[in-house]
Amino acid sequence: MELRDTPDEAAFREGVREFIAQNLPSGSKQRSARRFEDADRDWSRKLGEAGYAGLTWPKEYGGAGAPYSHQAIYLEELAEAEAPSHLGVIGLGMAGPTIIAWGTPEQKERYLSKILMADEIWCQGFSEPDAGSDLAASRTRIEDQGDHFLVNGQKAWSSFAHIADFCILIGLGLPDEPRYKNLTYVIVDMHAPGVEVRPLVQITGHPEFNEIFFTDVQVPKENVLGAVGDGWQVAMTTLLHERGTLGFALSATLDVAVRKLVALAKDRNVTDPILRDRIAREWVELQALKYTNYRSLTTLTKTGIPGPEGSASKLVWSENNQRLTKLALEILGSHAQLTDGGGYADGYWQYQQLRSRGNTIEAGTSEILRNIVAERVLGLPRSR
Amino acid sequence: MDFAFTSEQDDLRREARAFLEATPSPSMEQLAELGWVGILQGDDFTFLDASVLFEELGRALYDGPFALNEVAGQPGDDVWSIEIDGFVPHLDKVTRVLTPDMRGTKAQGDTLATVDETLGLGRLSRNGAEAAQGEWVDVRRRLLAALALEAVGIGSKAIELALAYASEREQFGKKIGSYQAISHSLVDGYVAVELSRSLAYWAAWSVAENDEQVDLAVAAAKSQASEAAVLACEKSIQAHGGVGFTWEHPLHRYYKRALWLEGALGYGREHRAEVAEYLLSS
Repeated sequence: MELRDTPDEAAFREGVREFIAQNLPSGSKQRSARRFEDADRDWSRKLGEAGYAGLTWPKEYGGAGAPYSHQAIYLEELAEAEAPSHLGVIGLGMAGPTIIAWGTPEQKERYLSKILMADEIWCQGFSEPDAGSDLAASRTRIEDQGDHFLVNGQKAWSSFAHIADFCILIGLGLPDEPRYKNLTYVIVDMHAPGVEVRPLVQITGHPEFNEIFFTDVQVPKENVLGAVGDGWQVAMTTLLHERGTLGFALSATLDVAVRKLVALAKDRNVTDPILRDRIAREWVELQALKYTNYRSLTTLTKTGIPGPEGSASKLVWSENNQRLTKLALEILGSHAQLTDGGGYADGYWQYQQLRSRGNTIEAGTSEILRNIVAERVLGLPRSR
Repeated sequence: MDFAFTSEQDDLRREARAFLEATPSPSMEQLAELGWVGILQGDDFTFLDASVLFEELGRALYDGPFALNEVAGQPGDDVWSIEIDGFVPHLDKVTRVLTPDMRGTKAQGDTLATVDETLGLGRLSRNGAEAAQGEWVDVRRRLLAALALEAVGIGSKAIELALAYASEREQFGKKIGSYQAISHSLVDGYVAVELSRSLAYWAAWSVAENDEQVDLAVAAAKSQASEAAVLACEKSIQAHGGVGFTWEHPLHRYYKRALWLEGALGYGREHRAEVAEYLLSS
């Protein structure tokens, strides 16, 4: 057991710090980043050029082939500097790894390097109005028209869709086949005729997510990932990566939130022992999440398989973030209602608190995640 | 970054678990034969090796002074306990007692009736105290880490008992573990224990390395692990239904030990007050 950096890790960390010091746009720390701006694209491209975007991707696909510990260090340092993350969240964490696992050589050649450089942004077309947690109930139709597929349907809750160039989409490819064997997974050009993106305004008042409508959208046959009917297996690869690599990003995000909470408490000179107890608890919970991720990282490095201790990271993080942002409002007291120009820090905490309600819903609801932990980690009998 | 025990430490854990399953209440002589007594005194082992034993002894609901004797860190052939919050665990099983003023006293006094009947908690009659070796700040750090590790052992065993029961017991024609009201509650208990396990191992490493964050690590680990152990036992009792509420079932003994651990050297809020002081005054 050694919790300090190895010489190699320390050198890598130093490199990340230097990179951030030289390249982070001024003012990015103050900005609450509710909507993506051009500055994020420039910053993302710089991260890609410096080799930080695809740290753990194999070298043959433009990645750095670096150990997972480098990914953890990179995310820790971004959090420490309160720097924005790479804009290509869906491409880097979901579409890219799925293409690496299932893609043809032509698909890998076509898409992967542009994800790293943020030249092309991706979004996810999984959830639908009638297929949320029950993803296999997708009704979007992917019809084989001989020389192309024809896509018709509606997707919901899609982040980045309004700026995306491509969408990873699942839908009914073989409607007569039984459940789990009837789905097909395709890459859809978001600029193709028949694709319409409508912003979905959330409880924060901000349109961070979108609905996507597909009307007779022609998709080339070579855009299928896996075979027609393999959609469920391919989607599982995507979701495994979504939850598997998320841990470090989440503890880095929570680290920023705890730093801001402590700064707020100091600024407001919090002396109430109950509030102080709750602030300390959030710090302790952060350390618990961070060191649990380190345990997962060690298991992953040694065995190549993420350990069971990591499976609960997202579940815990989402509840921590909800509790923490609510606590910040309590510290603000009577000012908790004042937002935007009139309030503390331009309404930062008010936005974060409302936004946090989505944390236990997006990327697997807490109910679904508890089912997964119960059945796959604890080995309890299936609930359905 | 390597946050795992060595293969030698994993072997030690397997050996300890097998021995304690056969002998859950070993004497200090039996533990000495295994080479465990005085493990922290020589140069061959670190606090991390000892921490494997602390956790496994907790899991086995061991009822003796082994950890206190190791943590006290005194030379010689005496078996030591430590006065904690004015009371001495296992007073009748030790020969000397270390007090927070770093004096060693002959183990004499009254043994008291306690909720956890295996504690052997006594009130010390202070006579013939002599100066002891070391600093209380170091003893306290080791003790907090050891209590956290014991709590991790207790908490994980309590959840394992519940998982086994929920996978077997049927009501309304189905295994009760298939009902989300049961499974989700046990997931929460499991997750709390696993998170606190990470803190306890961090604390053990920090003690072994005398890391600059050691005081924060032991405060975080002790508060979180003992609270998680209590939670795990409560969820386990609930999942067991009426059976879990009986004297005959072992669960109540885990629960009572967890309640002791939660309060020993201060409840969670006292440790979080230290953390808050560090966070907000610097």
